[in-house]
Amino acid sequence: MAHLSDEQIKKLEATANTIRQDIIAMLLEAKTGHSAGPLGMADVFTVLYHTDAIKHDPKNPDWEERDRIVLSNGHICPVLYVAMARAGYFSVEELKTLRKFGTKLQGHPHRLVLPGLETSSGPLGSGLSQAAGMAYALKADKKKNQVVCLMGDGELDCGQIWEAAMWAGKNKLDNLTAIIDRNNIQIDGFTEEIMPLEPLDEKFHAFGWHVLEINGNDIRAVYDAVFQARAIFEKPVCIIAYTIPGKGVDFMEQDFNWHGKPPNKEEGEKALQELRTLGGKISGE
Amino acid sequence: MINPNLKLNPKLFKEDIEQVPTRFGYGEGLVIAGKENPNVVALCADLTDSTRTSVFKKEFPDRFVEVGIGEQNMASLASGMAAVGKVPFISSYAMFSPGRNWEQIRTTICYNNQNVKIAGAHSGVSVGPDGATHQAIEDMAITRVVPNMIVIAPCDAIEAKKATIAAARHKGPVYIRFTREKTPVMTTEETPFEIGKAEIYREGKDVSIIACGPLLYEALKAAEELAKEGIEAEVINNHTVKPMDKETILQSVKKTGCVVTIEEHQAAGGMGSAVSEILSQNHPAPMEIIGVKDRFGESGEPHQLLEKFGLTAPFIKEAVLKVIKRKIKLKG
Repeated sequence: MAHLSDEQIKKLEATANTIRQDIIAMLLEAKTGHSAGPLGMADVFTVLYHTDAIKHDPKNPDWEERDRIVLSNGHICPVLYVAMARAGYFSVEELKTLRKFGTKLQGHPHRLVLPGLETSSGPLGSGLSQAAGMAYALKADKKKNQVVCLMGDGELDCGQIWEAAMWAGKNKLDNLTAIIDRNNIQIDGFTEEIMPLEPLDEKFHAFGWHVLEINGNDIRAVYDAVFQARAIFEKPVCIIAYTIPGKGVDFMEQDFNWHGKPPNKEEGEKALQELRTLGGKISGE
Repeated sequence: MINPNLKLNPKLFKEDIEQVPTRFGYGEGLVIAGKENPNVVALCADLTDSTRTSVFKKEFPDRFVEVGIGEQNMASLASGMAAVGKVPFISSYAMFSPGRNWEQIRTTICYNNQNVKIAGAHSGVSVGPDGATHQAIEDMAITRVVPNMIVIAPCDAIEAKKATIAAARHKGPVYIRFTREKTPVMTTEETPFEIGKAEIYREGKDVSIIACGPLLYEALKAAEELAKEGIEAEVINNHTVKPMDKETILQSVKKTGCVVTIEEHQAAGGMGSAVSEILSQNHPAPMEIIGVKDRFGESGEPHQLLEKFGLTAPFIKEAVLKVIKRKIKLKG
């Protein structure tokens, strides 16, 4: 199994921090969009787009041998866009066009306008089915590509997720990994108040999945889990990644009110300063 | 008179004309498409036999995918399979696909422009005894408004077979609606079929009767009756509801000056509505749209229901007389 050195981890943590700053900056510019989810998932996206955990080539987005990353909860696309731009899919400058007229960075991702996207998403609950369809067809053709589906925990309310989970279990799709952003919030409040999901690990176990539970804000844990998932045979793998919504910006952390709104100018400046100084630990200003 | 160039069934108006459900054409066409292209796969949601996906399953067991009763999952699975090069056909009753899974079809298939074919069996009120819950009479309305989608309503089993093969060759989303009951086989293997090309089955100068699906037969019967009274109706098989053959329709209505449409679907939003969208903006003419008038179906024998909902030849004849009267009034 691949291993990350302490030095590599430090570098990746810096990348994750850059990604968080870009997210705040682009939301400030767009004045619309989701804050908490993208910040919470910055570490997962750092691993997916900035390590060897996933096979992909920003200069050749249609590369046959690439692994497939399917973002099911399309609303967290700011983190996807930033991770892609920083990986070289398009210029960082273009991030400023988020949600604006004529942009490739639509409010929710659209495959046909942005090379490198595997699907368009936004309406919740359908990504796992698409990822399972890809995994099934790739496996049928004896291809080695892995399929990774990123989901929110709120969207697990959707019945279609469980149709797909049942079907993927039945078909033993061991080339399929689902990463659930377990941040416990959705638009109306805390997931366990809106529609309880626990015991979540047992649910996926019961549907024929192998389940890993990790700290989704720990880059080494995410990296190791993605590699471990490849080693599991005869079962799809569900990584429950516990993340802190709004991670890195103190006043946004754990507050569901930040699920669906962008920071205003003052809040944005404050957030950026906090990220630049790692919460006052260093004097980066 | 019946267009001799189209090589329609010589037994067209005979008592012993062959009767086959259009869904049987789907099964046959799917196997041919499967032989033509090894990437064709078929998904079904626990209705493998009645949708006739069973024929494909028997021929290509490894390329058949059972999904269970989960039409939303089925639509998005197909989108994912298409994304990696497959040509998936998904089938269920039209009420459930594209009925229950409409949003998945819109977003994961059509917005992505994925190469998925949706086969809706058991459309129309002629499903019969199962009743309103299983009679899809809204399917063409909900599919034709989605960008990138092609919508086809074949008139008989042979045309259904050709439509299925053509759908597999076309790159992009296609919806084809099929019916449960045995209906007359009007066409032959030699009859032309092309997506987006309406065919004039009977030439006439007094009125255009535009039909899709098996009710085309009722239109042809009505035209025969009208001929006895000296009215020459032009009958068009308008199988492709989207993209519609604007040229053929306009040419016909410019000649005849009035039009009646007939479909086994809600009168609102379906084939007739699409025809009226073309005519109202290009060549307004007196028009009657025959379809189900904003109500649900019910249990009964197919012929009883078609009659109750006013979808048979005598109703077409009545509508024709109405539009001709209006045409004369306009001229007068």
